Amino acid sequence: MRRSIAQQSRTARVLGTAILGAAAALSLSLASSVLRPSSVIAAQEKPGATVVTIDNFSFAPMQLEIPAGTEVTWINKDDVPHTVVSDDHKLFKSRALDTDEKFSFTFKDPGTYEYFCSVHPKMVGKIVVK
Amino acid sequence: MSDYIEKNLDNDGVDRRGFLKCMAWAGTGTLCLVQGGVLKSFALTDVLQKNVGNLKGDLSFVQISDSHIGFNKPANPDVTGTLREAIAKINALPTPPSFVLHTGDLTHLSKPEEFDTLSESLKSLKTERIFYVPGEHDVLNDNGAMFHERFGQGTQGDGWYSFDQKGAHFIGLVNVLNLKAGGLGTLGHEQLEWLEKDVAKLKSSTPIVVFAHIPLWSVYPQWGWGTDDSEQALSYMKRFGSVTVLNGHIHQTMQKIEGNITFHTACSTAFPQPQPGQADAPGPMKVPAEKLRGLLGITDVNFVRGKHTLAIVDSTLQG
Repeated sequence: MRRSIAQQSRTARVLGTAILGAAAALSLSLASSVLRPSSVIAAQEKPGATVVTIDNFSFAPMQLEIPAGTEVTWINKDDVPHTVVSDDHKLFKSRALDTDEKFSFTFKDPGTYEYFCSVHPKMVGKIVVK
Repeated sequence: MSDYIEKNLDNDGVDRRGFLKCMAWAGTGTLCLVQGGVLKSFALTDVLQKNVGNLKGDLSFVQISDSHIGFNKPANPDVTGTLREAIAKINALPTPPSFVLHTGDLTHLSKPEEFDTLSESLKSLKTERIFYVPGEHDVLNDNGAMFHERFGQGTQGDGWYSFDQKGAHFIGLVNVLNLKAGGLGTLGHEQLEWLEKDVAKLKSSTPIVVFAHIPLWSVYPQWGWGTDDSEQALSYMKRFGSVTVLNGHIHQTMQKIEGNITFHTACSTAFPQPQPGQADAPGPMKVPAEKLRGLLGITDVNFVRGKHTLAIVDSTLQG
């Protein structure tokens, strides 16, 4: 549950490679669909929770699609503090997250939720709840 | 042959996107002297070998910035130590500064103990007074309430203020509060209104020094290194003969002149940040230990009344 999207993607890649090795006859197009690290897929694989990594002054993935009821956890991997604040400053607003600190929010209702880092407002992200 | 450089003819090729007229990359130290609106820059090593008595003015003050007390990661696990080194450097100046300006990011995480350490450390400064403006790291969880309580007594609105010293007018601005998604630093309507009134009463011959944390010019908006409504603020100062803008935030020295306005950013006393666009993001630069002190430093400013002369000397913690 605490793995980052990047870690999940790596897992997907390793898994994909294993499948490729076992079934060498797989076509390239099929392989690429197995290998494609998609945040949407990641979210669906783990219903109920997903992770957004804050790294290098950006949210990854910058846009995330999730089913309603999903808990999103942001984890700050940078050396400087960041925040996670909805554009309306009301729906969700984290305290300043130091390195490795986390903030979670559960999206109950469908809609598009834009957010940013109030310390570095050029950092923006979007959660699309289906 | 001239032994000074006019308008950045120092062959360093720095004229990034046409807005950098002079860039003093910390490590060597540069003195910038404004006379009659013309910038002359000297290598600090040259200045130190000559008689610099003629650069002494009616008023000298020092700018320090971005102490980030509480930061403890590479390349600087001891930011309190490097702040103390900066203080020692200031205390060793031949003429003690009339006052010191701290242009924000006193702390890294706005914690009370970080503010305590900063205040305790600065008690050893040999100067009459220290003026502060907040950086975004000082207002993290309370919209600046703790900073305001400790450092903003007697200020206007969210912490802006002005004062006069030896015929020059100093203005401290706050551009790190109420930042909007996707935007840059912000001054806001209330502060702009106050500023317009504040300068309206001054004679056009009054030298003005404006200081704020985030640059009041577009250094590199992609990294948030600019202020959305700074042009409005600076428009109130067009009639003045000499305007100097001192900022921090970008952890490196840069300078440019635009008409009557000289813009200058100071080094951090804590850690360096990359040059604009020279990295994926503006995070702390991890440099070898032996190079760190060449990238940290202080800024010494001399003002000569009646001559429109303002000399800005950056020096690093090295040597």
